[in-house]
Amino acid sequence: MNQLLLDYLPLVVFIGVALVLSLALLVAPFIVAYSAPDPIKLSAYECGFNPFDDARMKFDVRFYLVAILFIIFDLEVAFLFPWAVAFGKIGLYGFWSMMIFLAVLTIGFAYEWKKGALEWD
Amino acid sequence: MMLPAELLSLKPLLPEITLALGGMVLLMIGAYGGERATGVVNGLAVLLLAGVAGLVVWMPAEKVALFNGSFIVDLFARFMKVLSLAGSAIAILMSLDYMKGAGQRRFEYPVLVVFSTLGMLVLVSAGDLIALYLGLELMSLCLYVLAAFHRENVRASEAGLKYFVLGALSSGMLLYGCSLIYGFTGTVTFTGIAQAAGQGGVGLVFGLVFLFAGLCFKVSAVPFHMWTPDVYEGAPTPVTTFFAASPKVAAIAIFVRVAIDAFPGIASQWQQILVFVSLASMLLGAFAAIGQTNIKRLMAYSSIGHMGFALIGLAAGTAEGVQGVLVYMGIYLVMTLGTFAAIMSMRRAEGPVEEIADLAGLSRTNPGMAFFFAMLLFSLAGIPPLAGFFAKFYVFLAAIQAGLYALAVIGVLASVVGAFYYLRIVKLMYFDDPAQAFVPMPGMLKAVFGVSGLLNIAFFIYPAPLVATAAAAAKSLF
Repeated sequence: MNQLLLDYLPLVVFIGVALVLSLALLVAPFIVAYSAPDPIKLSAYECGFNPFDDARMKFDVRFYLVAILFIIFDLEVAFLFPWAVAFGKIGLYGFWSMMIFLAVLTIGFAYEWKKGALEWD
Repeated sequence: MMLPAELLSLKPLLPEITLALGGMVLLMIGAYGGERATGVVNGLAVLLLAGVAGLVVWMPAEKVALFNGSFIVDLFARFMKVLSLAGSAIAILMSLDYMKGAGQRRFEYPVLVVFSTLGMLVLVSAGDLIALYLGLELMSLCLYVLAAFHRENVRASEAGLKYFVLGALSSGMLLYGCSLIYGFTGTVTFTGIAQAAGQGGVGLVFGLVFLFAGLCFKVSAVPFHMWTPDVYEGAPTPVTTFFAASPKVAAIAIFVRVAIDAFPGIASQWQQILVFVSLASMLLGAFAAIGQTNIKRLMAYSSIGHMGFALIGLAAGTAEGVQGVLVYMGIYLVMTLGTFAAIMSMRRAEGPVEEIADLAGLSRTNPGMAFFFAMLLFSLAGIPPLAGFFAKFYVFLAAIQAGLYALAVIGVLASVVGAFYYLRIVKLMYFDDPAQAFVPMPGMLKAVFGVSGLLNIAFFIYPAPLVATAAAAAKSLF
C-alpha cells in the first residue's frame, strides 16, 4: 500500500473507534434505560429559560453580572495553565509577573465584593 | 530576589506603573471608604495625574524602546502624554460641582478617568499593533462606562450603549486590519512593518484601510463620526468634556505614529485616505453644525471639524505637518476645556440647560462670561490673533509646503463656513433680548474658564514654548 496512505492509518482507526463508541452510546439507552418521558424532560435544556420563546424578554440583570464575574476568573485560570507548565523556564521574573497579575485581579475582586456584587439579594 | 537590572530597565515605564498602581489604590480607597471617600478620591486622582505628568516631563529626553520595541518613549510620546494627563486632570476638576449638583457623586468617576488615561499613555507610546490595541481598549472600555455614567438617565444609557456597540464594531475593523497587516508583513512592530512593507501591495493597503477606519472612529473623523453627536448630547456634560479632550489627543497621537512609523514607504497611499477624511470632516463639521440647537451637539460637530483640520497636518506627512498636528491638539485642548467650562456653567436654579437659545443676551446678564465665551468661540472659528488661528495656520502652512493646495484652500473655505455658526452664538449673546440669567459660576469652572480664555487671547504674544516643543517632538518621529 502507498506509504502516504499508511501514515493516515491511525486516523482511520481513531474514526472507527469513535464511530463504534458513539453508536453504542446512542443505541444503549434505547435498550437498557428506564423511560418515562414528559414534556419538560423532552424539551432542550436552556439554563432556566424556555428554549423556544421571544428573545426580547426580561431577565434578571444579576445573571449577567454573575456571567461577567465568571468570565474574569475563568480567563485568569486560562492564563495560569501555560504559566504553570512553563514555570521551570521562566524564572523569578515570570513568577513575579504572574503574582502582579493576580494582585491586580484581587483588587478587582475586593472591589466587587465591597460593592456587593457577590450577594444575590 | 528579582534581578535589579531587569527592574531598572523598566524605568522608562515609571509614569505608567505609577498611574496603574495609583489607580488601584484609589479604587481600594473608594471601595473601603464608601461614598464619604469620594472627595478624597477626586483630590488624589487629580494629584496623581499631575504627579505622573511631572514624571513624564522629568524623564530623560532620549528615545527608548522597551519590550522589543512594543513600547516607545520619545519626545512625541511625552508631548502627547502631558496633554492627555492635563486634559484628564482638568476634566476631573471641572466635574466636581456638576456631579455634586446632579446627585452623582461617585468615586468611580475619577477612578475610571485615571484608568482611561492609563490606556491613553500606553496608546501614545505603542510601538506595535498589540500595544496599540491594548491601549486603545483600556481607554475605550472606561469611556463606554463613563458615557452611561448617569445610568438612571435614558439618554445617558442610550449614549453608552450606542458608543459601546459602534466602538466594538470599530475595534473589530481595526483588528481585522491588524491581522491583514500582520499576514502581509509577518511582524507586528511598526519598525518591522516599515521594513517589510516596501512598496506595499493590495493586501497591505487593505489592512491599512481597515486600521485607519478603526482609528478614524476613535478620533470621530468622517465617515466614522455618526456616534459623536448622540454620545456628546446624551452623556453627562463633564463626561462630554472629558471625551472631547484627552481621548482625542491620544487617538490623534497613535494615528500619527502608525502613519509615520509603520507606513513611511506607502505614504502616497495613506495620504489619499487622509486627504479625503480631513476634507469630509471639515465640510461636515462646518455644514452639519449650522442646524443645531443644542450646544453639546454643536460642539460635537465642531470637534468633528477640528479633527479634520488636525488631520490636514498628518496628510502632509512631513515633520512640519506633525508639528502642526501637535500645536493644533495643544490649542484644541485649551479651547475645548474652556468652552465646556462655559457650557457647564449654563445652569439655572431649576437645573442645567443646554439649548443655544438659553445663551441669548448673556452680555447683559453676565458680561464677563459673555466676553470670554465670545473669545473662545472666535478662537474655535480661527479668527486672528486668537490661538485658534495659529493652530490652523501651522497645519495649512504644512499642507502648502507639501503641495496639497486644494486641501488647504477647501480647508480655509470650510473654516469660513464654520465661522458662521460660532458667530451666530456671539450675535445671540450680544444682540438678542436677555433670557433668564444663569446661577453664578462655581469657582473651579471660573478658574478653568478664565485661564483658558486668557491663554487663548495671549497666545500670540509668546507662542514660542508650545511651537518649539511641538517642533522638537515632531522631529523625534522622523
